[in-house]
Amino acid sequence: MKIRQISVFLENRKGRLYEVCSLLGQAGINIRALTIAETESFGVLRMVVNKPDEAISLFRKHNITANLTDVVAVEVPDRPGGLAEVLKVLSDGNINVEYMYAFVEKFSEKALLVFRFDDPSGAHRVLTSAGVTVLTEKDLPNL
Amino acid sequence: MIWNEKIETMPLEDLKNLQSDRLVKLVRYVYDRCPVYRKKFEEAGVSPSDIRSIDDIAKLPFTTKLDMRDNYPYGLFSAPREEVVEIHVSSGTTGNPTLVGYTREDIKLWSEVMARALCCAGAKPDDIIQIAYGYGLFTGGLGFHYGALEMGLTIIPTSSGQTKRQLKIMQDFQPRILACTPSYCLYMAEEAKEMGLDPRKGSWRIGIFGAEPWSEAIRKEIEETWNMTATDIYGLSEIIGPGVSQECTYKEGLHLFSDVFYPEIIDPETGKHVPEGQDGELVITTLTKQAIPLIRYRTRDIVSMTTAPCRCGRTSPRTSKIKGRTDDMIVVRGINVFPSQIEHVLLGIEGTHPHYQLVIDRQAHKLDEVEIMVEVDERIFSDEIKQMRALEQKIKKEIEAVLSIGVKVKLVEPKTIQRSEGKAKRVVDKRVL
Ligand SMILES: [Zn+2]
Repeated sequence: MKIRQISVFLENRKGRLYEVCSLLGQAGINIRALTIAETESFGVLRMVVNKPDEAISLFRKHNITANLTDVVAVEVPDRPGGLAEVLKVLSDGNINVEYMYAFVEKFSEKALLVFRFDDPSGAHRVLTSAGVTVLTEKDLPNL
Repeated sequence: MIWNEKIETMPLEDLKNLQSDRLVKLVRYVYDRCPVYRKKFEEAGVSPSDIRSIDDIAKLPFTTKLDMRDNYPYGLFSAPREEVVEIHVSSGTTGNPTLVGYTREDIKLWSEVMARALCCAGAKPDDIIQIAYGYGLFTGGLGFHYGALEMGLTIIPTSSGQTKRQLKIMQDFQPRILACTPSYCLYMAEEAKEMGLDPRKGSWRIGIFGAEPWSEAIRKEIEETWNMTATDIYGLSEIIGPGVSQECTYKEGLHLFSDVFYPEIIDPETGKHVPEGQDGELVITTLTKQAIPLIRYRTRDIVSMTTAPCRCGRTSPRTSKIKGRTDDMIVVRGINVFPSQIEHVLLGIEGTHPHYQLVIDRQAHKLDEVEIMVEVDERIFSDEIKQMRALEQKIKKEIEAVLSIGVKVKLVEPKTIQRSEGKAKRVVDKRVL
């Protein structure tokens, strides 16, 4: 039910994002979803890739600080108000969203979003009982 | 067990009277016997009659490492060479080595303070001690030897090195006490594991570690690896060797044997006493030594000190572990800053020990700015920006509380801080002074 996200610590330096992404590219690791959060001095790159274990060891080898976090991938109807419906389910269930972002590609008629919750198991329970589809790593095509 | 109950638990007022009596005698003694000190006193405009109690100590001039080197070999001796029964020499990186000598009475003093230290660490008279400090010109091995002999312990004088033999001796004789440097203790654990031995099943239950600075993190590692209590001992050969101060089993500071080694904590820049509890340079006066008594010797070690009573019953003041060396000190906006203070703060946060660097800069007509760069490793990294910001703020606040000046904290990627010979460069001073 959970998906592993890789988070990378980055200094705000020109070309740094490119360096990290091309490192993954050279190793044949595909980025499926990605977002960056930043402050004036540093940023955190979060992504879902097809080979998380390989990505982590690659980063360790290159002295790049990274870790794995459990996130939840949720199918959201791709129409006006689709996201709002899912957020309402979470809010009614008292689930706090730390952050969220979208997958790069579309797999179906529905949009796929990555959610980071402080309580991923609780979130999963609330979502599934409301009939929202939650995907596992295996469910993601080409992952 | 307390070795010298009368002295070590003496009410503070009595202790002060004893220190006063001893200081008055000491000042007269060195003035009469050591021309170098007589000259130093005259230059400072102080005569023995000005010293009536321990409170007058601040009138006396300091003695430094340089005084020892300049007067090599016998210039600082107050006793004639014939009365000296033992000599130790420590190698100097520059110029003359440092020579220390002991009369028969000095050796008795050394035995006494080392017996106190051993008891303080938890030794009992029927114990076996393995002394893995070097024997020879280095004072570590023999200092422990004299104390253990005084206490009547069974001594195994293995000296340092020959690790396989050290471990075999431990297995054969089951000594409960180990004395060596903390790094050697950890090295022996590695060797033990390679030999297929489980260090936790070893016989050592009390470790007495010194001769190099070590952190609480290393203490934890040693205690967990060897299933022992690791205590800290402090000393320096100029004063006596090991046996100046020692942690009791409560491990809340090192008991400094102040009836014979009178401590002061000073601001290394101004030479003035700092308020109790504040960091400063430890200065020691050897109140009863004969061969080379030292007046207000600047140890260059940074500690804080408390006179609050200890749960063990000893009334001697307690110092912190060594927090740094005055040699590393930098002055920023009139405040003394030691890189080790930053290290302490970082060690206290999440129990990690990240690499850091202090960068000091000064813009024209502006105040000095301190920026602390901290490398973010996996142990302190979070995918949530608010956690990272909270970490940044926590480091900033705690460092500001310790240093009493505003600082900037910058989180940086691993390996971005310059290293020389594998060690991170702790301070970059960009100021044009
Ligand atoms: Zn105590």
